[in-house]
Amino acid sequence: MRFALDLFTIVMVSLGGLFFLAGTIGLLRFPDTLTRLHALTKADNLGLGLVVLGLLAQTSSPLGALNLVALWLLALLGGAVVAQFMGAAVRPARWRTGGVSGAREEEGG
Amino acid sequence: MSLGLISDLVLVLLVLSLAVWMNIARTAYRAVVGFVAYGLLMTLIWVRLAAMDVAMTEAALGSGLTGILLFGAASRLAPFEAAERARAPGPALRLLIGLLCTVVAAGLGAVVLLLPEPAPTLAPLVAENLSPTGLQNPVTGVLLAHRAVDTLLESVVLLPALIGVWSVAADADWVGRPSALPRPPASEALTLLAQVLPPFGILVAIHLVWIGADEPGGKFQAAAVLAAMWVLVMMAGLRQPPPVVARGWRELLVVGASLFIAIGIAGIWLADAFLAYPEDLAKPLIIAIEVALTGSVAVFLALLLAGPPAGAHRREV
Repeated sequence: MRFALDLFTIVMVSLGGLFFLAGTIGLLRFPDTLTRLHALTKADNLGLGLVVLGLLAQTSSPLGALNLVALWLLALLGGAVVAQFMGAAVRPARWRTGGVSGAREEEGG
Repeated sequence: MSLGLISDLVLVLLVLSLAVWMNIARTAYRAVVGFVAYGLLMTLIWVRLAAMDVAMTEAALGSGLTGILLFGAASRLAPFEAAERARAPGPALRLLIGLLCTVVAAGLGAVVLLLPEPAPTLAPLVAENLSPTGLQNPVTGVLLAHRAVDTLLESVVLLPALIGVWSVAADADWVGRPSALPRPPASEALTLLAQVLPPFGILVAIHLVWIGADEPGGKFQAAAVLAAMWVLVMMAGLRQPPPVVARGWRELLVVGASLFIAIGIAGIWLADAFLAYPEDLAKPLIIAIEVALTGSVAVFLALLLAGPPAGAHRREV
């Protein structure tokens, strides 16, 4: 049982690390701010989620597990808000007027 | 080479290169971005040195709240930056400044490296005398029992700091509200964050005060978290900063230090010394002081960030 749990942790944390690595490469290699944000948030959320999932197998108390999950949820919230915020700051001017969808405006104008 | 040593080396190299980068950054704004990242790296270094209390203070105050303060200053200085750069000192003077800074840094480094082995320390003395306070966290023990007078002065010094900030207001603006906080354009994401995060922040702050007696944590970290939540709400525009003439807030500002001083004076009769605690009441008294100081310090920090009051006519600009 112990062995299975440890194996689970190793696999999940390594997978999480892989997502962090992918996110970092995306951050460095993608061409503009919006796509970089995309790489960063997706990788961080999923990467941290997998690391937390892996560590859940190592917790001895339900409270500790709850702590980890709360940590992940707060990081999700923070990441999502910051991404929205930075995205709003850098989006091209032609998306900015009125409507929700940028594509429709481009068709119209 | 062990894994710990490699990560320490990477941390040190990152901190050093970030420090250089901050100094050569072209605008104050960039330097502040560097400073915030620098604070987070310093936090990791304190964690590696097993100084959890210092690490938490660095993250909350050194990097977080100071970061907001510096961002505000940088954005106000931005219009004058080009003119300032034209008046920058010549290469000879800059070289001299650099040399003097290097001498100071080398001197500090030499002092640290030349410390006798083992370094002089009062830690065993603190550990021996911790039990009468009823606390488990030696840092809280030092701050509130062994060196209580330092902590008292630290919490009182916030008052002249705030008076200093308020005193730059023009007479006509005195009845207004503080307006120095950056107000980003209205955004649903920011509003959501300012609505969802504060309950968690308040919970974390209560937790930090409560465990501060026995584990890393305490009033300054908790107050910084509370202040951050309040500042977030103000920056999102959900609440206005309170007017500086509001009595209730002012009373909240002084309640922490007042309780500290009152308990300290009571100690003259109850425990034979100023700021001494009667043996069996030490822990409840210390916790009462911590709780009261948390409230006061949180309001202090938030109002320091909110800045001097400004009249309605200025806020429109």
